[in-house]
Formats: sequence, C-alpha cells, structure tokens
Amino acid sequence: MTIMQSFSELMHQRQQRETVKRSRLVETETEVSKLDVNNLNFFYGEKQALFDVSMTVPERSVTAFIGPSGCGKSTFLRTLNRMNDIIEGTRLTGKVTLEGQDIYASEVDVVALRKRVGMVFQKSTPFPKSIFDNVAYGPKIAGQRNQKELQGIVEQSLKRAALWDEVKDRMQDSALALSGGQQQRLCIARALATNPDVLLMDEPASALDPASTARIEDLIFELKQNYTIVIVTHNMQQAARISDWTAFFFQGYLIEKDRTQKLFTTPKKKQTEDYITGRFG
Amino acid sequence: MNVSGNLREPALAKRHRIGQLFEWACCGSTWFGMVVLSLLLLSIGWKAMAWPIPDADAVDRAAATKTDAKANALLSPRPLSTRFLTSYDSRVPQKAGIKAALWGSLWLLVFVTITTVPVGVGAAVYLEEYSNEGRWKRIIQVNLSNLAGVPSIVYGILGLTVFVRMFGLFGHDGKVLDFNLGFAMLSIPLPFERSVISGALTLSLLVLPTVIVAAQEALRAVPSSIRTASYALGATQWQTIRHQVLPAAMPGIMTGVILSLSRAMGETAPLIMIGALTYLAKCPGKIDSLSAVWQHPTGLLEAPFDVFTSLPIQIFNWVSRAQPEYDHLAAAGIMVLLVVLMMMNTAAILIRNRFQRRTQW
Repeated sequence: MTIMQSFSELMHQRQQRETVKRSRLVETETEVSKLDVNNLNFFYGEKQALFDVSMTVPERSVTAFIGPSGCGKSTFLRTLNRMNDIIEGTRLTGKVTLEGQDIYASEVDVVALRKRVGMVFQKSTPFPKSIFDNVAYGPKIAGQRNQKELQGIVEQSLKRAALWDEVKDRMQDSALALSGGQQQRLCIARALATNPDVLLMDEPASALDPASTARIEDLIFELKQNYTIVIVTHNMQQAARISDWTAFFFQGYLIEKDRTQKLFTTPKKKQTEDYITGRFG
Repeated sequence: MNVSGNLREPALAKRHRIGQLFEWACCGSTWFGMVVLSLLLLSIGWKAMAWPIPDADAVDRAAATKTDAKANALLSPRPLSTRFLTSYDSRVPQKAGIKAALWGSLWLLVFVTITTVPVGVGAAVYLEEYSNEGRWKRIIQVNLSNLAGVPSIVYGILGLTVFVRMFGLFGHDGKVLDFNLGFAMLSIPLPFERSVISGALTLSLLVLPTVIVAAQEALRAVPSSIRTASYALGATQWQTIRHQVLPAAMPGIMTGVILSLSRAMGETAPLIMIGALTYLAKCPGKIDSLSAVWQHPTGLLEAPFDVFTSLPIQIFNWVSRAQPEYDHLAAAGIMVLLVVLMMMNTAAILIRNRFQRRTQW
C-alpha cells in the first residue's frame, strides 16, 4: 500500500530529525497529562456537534486533530479554552480539566483560563496596530505597565516565534504590512506573550504558501519543548510531520487517538484507515 | 464549414440605442441637480456680494433727509464683509451682522457634541456589543429608525415641554440651583428656559437616532475575528471594546457624528419652537471674542444658560423682514452657514480617508 509506505517514510525522516533535536534535550519519557476531557457532548442550539468525546492531552507534546470538514475538530478545540462561550446558544455537558481543575466550573474566570490556554486562528488576525503593540497587547491588558518589562516580553515572544530577526528594526510599523506567513507568526508571538501553558492552533498554516507553512511547522516543533500544543489540521501530511499524538474525528465522534506513528501506519479502526488512505473525506 | 458566422447583427443596433438612451437619461438626472444647485448658489452669492440697487424714489428721499445720508455714509461695499461677521443684528441693514448668531451656533455645536457623542456611542455599543438578539432589540432597532424620520418640529415641541418648561414642575418663577465651584459660582436655572442648553439638548435628541444608527453600522463593520482574537488573549469584553472595537470603528463613528452635527447646525424649526430669540444683540455669556474669555472667564459658566440665536434662525428672521436690504443680508448669512457646513463635511471626509488608509484588513 503506497500511501502507508509514504507515511512510513515521513515517519522515518521525522525520527531522524527528532533524534538530532532530542540529543540536545533532557529526555523524559513519562507522559504527564495536561488536559483531560471526559464524556464531552456539545450542542449548537438543538444540533449536537460532539458526542461523548473523552481524551487526554499530554504535556509538552503536539496533539493533532484530523478529520473531514464539519467533523467537530475545531469545535472540540474551542471547548478547550471556552471560545465557544462567545457563540450564543451553545451548550455543553461533560468535563474538561486543565491540570485537574475543571475549566467549566462556575468559579473559573474564563479570562484567566484563556491567558493559560492561548489560541492561534486559521486566518491571521493582527490588530490594526504596530507590531510592538500587537505582541504587547496581552500583557498590557493583564495589567503590565512597565515599559521595560513589556519590551522584554515582546522581544522574547518574537524570538520564540522566530520572527524577531525579521521585524526587530521596524517594531513601530503596522502589523498589517507584514506578509501572510509573518502575520501568522506574529499571531503566535502574540499568543506566547501572555505566557500560556497550552497553545491551541486552528489550522494555523492552511492559508499559507508551502515555504511559510514549513516555517510554522518548524516553529511548532521548537515550541513543544516548552508548551503543550493542540493543532487542528486538514492536512494529514502535516499532522504526520509535526505531531506526537493524532486524534481522528468523524461526524462528531472521536474515532481513534493514538501515537501519530501508530495511527498513520497501523490504525485500529477501519474508518481511520479509510480516511488516511484517502478513500473518503 | 463556415464557423465565423455573420458579425453584422441589425437587431443589436437597437439594443445599443437603448443603452445609449439610458446613459443620456442618467447623465441628465445628474446635471439637473447640479444645474439647479449652482444656479441657486450663484444667485445667493451674487446677492451676498452687492446691496440692492435703490430705485429712484428712495434715492430722492435719501438726498432729502440727512439721517439716511448718514446711513449711506456707513454703507459698506457689500453685505458679506468682515463687518458682517463682527457686528450684531441691527435695525439699520447696513449695520447688521451675524456675530450673535455665529457665537450662538458655536455654543450649540459644543453642547450638542458633548451630549450626543457619549450617549449615541454608548447606546450603539450596548446594542451591538452587549445586548442579546431578541424581540426587545428588534423593537428598539425599529423605533430608532422611526425616530430618525420624525419631523424636526416635533422634537421642538418635545424640547419645549421637557427642557424649556420642564413640565412646569418648578412653578411659575422657577428655581435656581447654585453650586460653588471654588473659583466661581455655577447657577443653573430650572427649568432651562430659552437657553443654549435647551436648544442643544433638543437638537441632540433630534440627531441621536442618526448618530446611533451610524455608530452601530461602524461597529458592525469591525470584523468579528478581531474580537475573537482579543478574547483569546485573555481580554475582558470591556477591554476588547475599548482597545480593539472602538478604535477600529472610530472613523465610521466620527463621520456619522460630524454629518449629524452639521444637520443640527442647519436646523431652524425646533429652535423656533423652543423660542430661540430672533433679535439679539449680545453673545451667550457675553463672550464675543477669544480675549473676552480671558477678561471674563465666568462667562463660560453663564453661557449655557443664556439666551441665544443661531445662524439659520438669523437668516429666517432676515428673510421675513420687508426691506429688500435684509434679503441680501440673508443671502450673506446663507453663505456663512454654507461655509461652516462645508467645512464640517470636509472634516468628515478627511477623517474617513485618513483612517481608511491606515486600517485595512
């Protein structure tokens, strides 16, 4: 089966790359769970979008959600930092915990939650302000007034998002003057500036050209050393390239979640196999 | 096989002729308005630039009596002059000017802005950002549109009852509230009577529906992705509105506000209803120049509660007088009013263009 082979090749390339990277790191094999989801059902008005989803998201790893359009993967992603709260008429049952704390408990302040669980969207949405103000926005609204501190945060965030060298001489220019790929990295820097633990990414590279996509993927690879990353993608190759875990969603159900390598080479469910071999979706 | 076909199609010529006719009709509509408007402007401009030519009888009488000769000696070359801008209304047309009306209109403008902007923008923000979709919102929305279409004279009656008389709550003589501000006394008469503040509040009511609807549209034009991105960074709803939504909507809001204000500046009917004075030889608070503010700063506190007149009222007053000279004074007044309004509209356009270039997503 050629597609399976091509995935195997991908995996092989990745492992080589990862061993190079990991050699610089202290190896920890124990998986600590960051987010736990139990029996989650989600409704848009009367229409149920997610059915009884349970999963754990391990710390300092990349978890990818794949599945055909409308399968609920983006909806599920947004339940993890309660972005669905903004949409009127949505309802949810079940439990989502971040390091053991129920994020839907009544005493949880959603603003505090979103500071810890940052988000990057499909369409890059820089604010119509300067590059500096874009990145400084999160810390500023959280009460950081010290200009020196802010500058430090902005520089560090831009460095982490691999954008610093390209913009360091024009921090006061409008963020809208950046290219599409740069704008998306700016949005990542902006999300990093609030110092989150978890970074949710909703198809962060789907509107970008291949070169910019590669840069974003490299960046995600770097970021997982410090952050827990959850990424929605409709590009299976991308999921195979960058994620440690992959979850396959179909029609609102979580069909299968496994180590990326396992899921792409030896899927347990028929539906998963059909999807990744391109028989549907 | 002949695939080229016939490129001459007689039926097409007819279709082209219809198209041509339509173009001419549209062009005609454009020029109809333009021509009438420019004729009007030219005739008013011409009137404002020269006094009426006196007929033979009047010249004879002028020669016969000494007093008229004196008046003629004062005669400035044309109605619209710097003297016109710096003197009060007068029983002698050659001495009459528009000073009181200019300052009255300026005070109205200031107070209409102060009351309209916060209330209008606040209401728009509530309706667009906070309130839930539902029956109440729809009812409010429909009524806002209806209120925008209510004739201005109706607002005049409303202003008369609410602000000028205050439903007669304060009896025949009224009351005066005194506040000691430390450096000066602020005396607020209740009811407001025929003061600047009554006029400004009435005009403010008149333009509020338009301002709210314009501001709502500006807010709606802000892409929701900006809001979502702000929320995702841990902003509260107020922070999102304050730092993202309002700045992005500001050019649209400002344009709406300025256009509404220029409408308020041109309104006559409601001000006549609430009893703005048609003949007035003083400025509100006795402030008739910038230096007067330094000499007499408490005038700033008195002005809002002082009697007033405004540009359109002054014009209306002159038009209704018998002597032909007043017609020409009215023309001069119209020129001044038009210049003021054009300046405001230009400001609106400049603001819009300036911000449009800066915010493009």
